Amino acid sequence: MTIGLTHFLVLAAFLFVCGLMTILLKRNAIGILMGVELVLNAANVNLVAFNYYQHPGSAAHPLLTGQIFAIFIIVLAAAEAAVALAIFLSFYNSFSTIDVERANEMREQG
Amino acid sequence: MNLPLAISETATATAVLFYALALMCAGSAVVVVVSRNIVRTAVALMFSLVGVAGLYFLLNAEFLAAVQLVVYAGGTLILMIFGVMLTSRSPTSRFEPSKSEVVVAVSIGVVLMVSLTAALLHWTRRNPPQSAPLTGEHPYAVAELGKALLGDYLVPFELASVLLLSVMIGAAYLAKGRRDLP
Repeated sequence: MTIGLTHFLVLAAFLFVCGLMTILLKRNAIGILMGVELVLNAANVNLVAFNYYQHPGSAAHPLLTGQIFAIFIIVLAAAEAAVALAIFLSFYNSFSTIDVERANEMREQG
Repeated sequence: MNLPLAISETATATAVLFYALALMCAGSAVVVVVSRNIVRTAVALMFSLVGVAGLYFLLNAEFLAAVQLVVYAGGTLILMIFGVMLTSRSPTSRFEPSKSEVVVAVSIGVVLMVSLTAALLHWTRRNPPQSAPLTGEHPYAVAELGKALLGDYLVPFELASVLLLSVMIGAAYLAKGRRDLP
């Protein structure tokens, strides 16, 4: 009943597939953004699990590469969410909707 | 000698915690996929992110778990909920996907999940872990993380701060809207 690397990898794969299906199924632009966050979280779980199980380093010099990568991914995800929401707000001001089916033309009508 | 007993008890506790957190993450992720209400989707996403933070605790990444809770569950998700409130006439607005979209998305998801799991199981059977995870009091201390961030990873660290500054300016400019312009 030992939890190994495989358990974390399978869970991360499931989270990734859920995020991908969210991206494919939502027509609300913010819903798509939430799917992207799920995918990034799945990648983070993978990185930290590999760091823990495969490359932990020694007790004197622990290797933290996976955790550092995960921190940078969290920073990038926050930045991406801020810019994407600003774009959605701008889009909403022009079109009064954030349905991505109507987003194929991002300039103003007329 | 009660050491083996202690180790097995720890393993059992880890397993129970892992399955509880995994159930929370996976169940909330499924709700994120199937829910048609965007506010309910946001709440489910929050539970999923908190579950991932618990998984980081299980993997000895305490600082990362705290960052996950503060930045994701506390910051990004609140930003999204603000976005939902600002962009929908009624906060419970719905956009239904068509039948064909559902069929395509579900088939892609099932195929991807099955192939990913098969590949993972095959890979772990051929590559058993070379080194055991570190045990002990605090093998991954936050101090080591800080040393790494300001030592080996100083350039990406500074680049991230420049990126955050440019994102702040860009988002403020984009979200200002056209009505204020002359």
